[in-house]
Amino acid sequence: MAHINLPEGFPGISGGFVFRPETAKPMRELAHVLLHQPNSLTSGERELIATYVSSRNDCHFCQSSHGAAAACHLGDATVVEQVKTDFMAAPVSDKLKALLKIAGKVQQDGKLVTAGDVDAARKLGATDIEIHDTVLIAAAFCMFNRYVDGLGTWQPRDPAMYAQMGKHLAEEGYKEPSIRQPVEAVHSS
Amino acid sequence: MPHIPLSPDLPGIRGAMAFRPETARPLNDLVEVLLTGPSTLTLGERELIATHVSSRNCTHYCHSIHGAIAAAHLGGDEALVKQVKVDFTQAAISPKLKALLAIAGKVQQDGKLVTPADVDAARKQGATDLEIHDTVLIAAAFCMYNRYVDGLGTEQPDDEALYRERGKRVARDGYVTVSEEYLGEAVHSS
Repeated sequence: MAHINLPEGFPGISGGFVFRPETAKPMRELAHVLLHQPNSLTSGERELIATYVSSRNDCHFCQSSHGAAAACHLGDATVVEQVKTDFMAAPVSDKLKALLKIAGKVQQDGKLVTAGDVDAARKLGATDIEIHDTVLIAAAFCMFNRYVDGLGTWQPRDPAMYAQMGKHLAEEGYKEPSIRQPVEAVHSS
Repeated sequence: MPHIPLSPDLPGIRGAMAFRPETARPLNDLVEVLLTGPSTLTLGERELIATHVSSRNCTHYCHSIHGAIAAAHLGGDEALVKQVKVDFTQAAISPKLKALLAIAGKVQQDGKLVTPADVDAARKQGATDLEIHDTVLIAAAFCMYNRYVDGLGTEQPDDEALYRERGKRVARDGYVTVSEEYLGEAVHSS
């Protein structure tokens, strides 16, 4: 049960966004720019970074919704699971592995990112913008995860719900809600 | 030294924002509404929450500038801000703010650590749903801003006078207006 009176039937972050539209707006905009707008990192790669960080923060709603978005972009759900479990063994580029390493450090503490980590990413072709965005995606998901968990939001365990959310996020991005009406719980959270 | 080329004239988050204006705009819009928008929590109270979280995250630039902004809102009371950073339970602040800072401290570690008892304790001191929501989001957001500032290796000067002066400006003009100096005319996110 949520810690405050969030609207019924809106899972995860969508409850917070309905409760407080004034803060929802810039949060949506940030996610849209970071994950959906054109970038030399593909949306699939960027959603993998978001999913990885959310998994490290053990936030069910965020890793499931962004994992579903990543799977949609990549046409492949197994790579998402592999990135969560052990990204070094996952079938992703060496550059993305170097960026995921940076993201993992930011998830703990930004001060853990070393010049060596950044050099390693550059050697594999990472640009300044890609490094910047990796750090900011990781930092932003440390916000989104804490918001979703900190309010005690309803985090369903229904894969079909996340698959639907993921499709919307992959196709439309973040500016408009993927959940417009209260949803029925299929399984209790 | 920053991990990517950032302007040496723009320390902390400013250089990062100037590097990437597209993300700077929503970052500024969020902090503007959270810390300066209409609220039953005062400007000083909200800046103290931001400062406390940034201090727990040991992000020098952030706790320095937000501490200075807090002090500016609190009649220049730097001693109070320092006490909140060191041990808020001993600070001359309201019991409600202490209960909210306890929640913020838990969010700073992991949102899942916030318990119904923590929230009840805040409610008993008069905290509303909106105040609890904003406390959680300020804490969460500063976990982002702190990691952004640290993660890019930004310059974080050790100059109290610099933060004091800048703190007064931000307290007076807000975040979006002050950001115009390095972003150009602020275009609010549509």
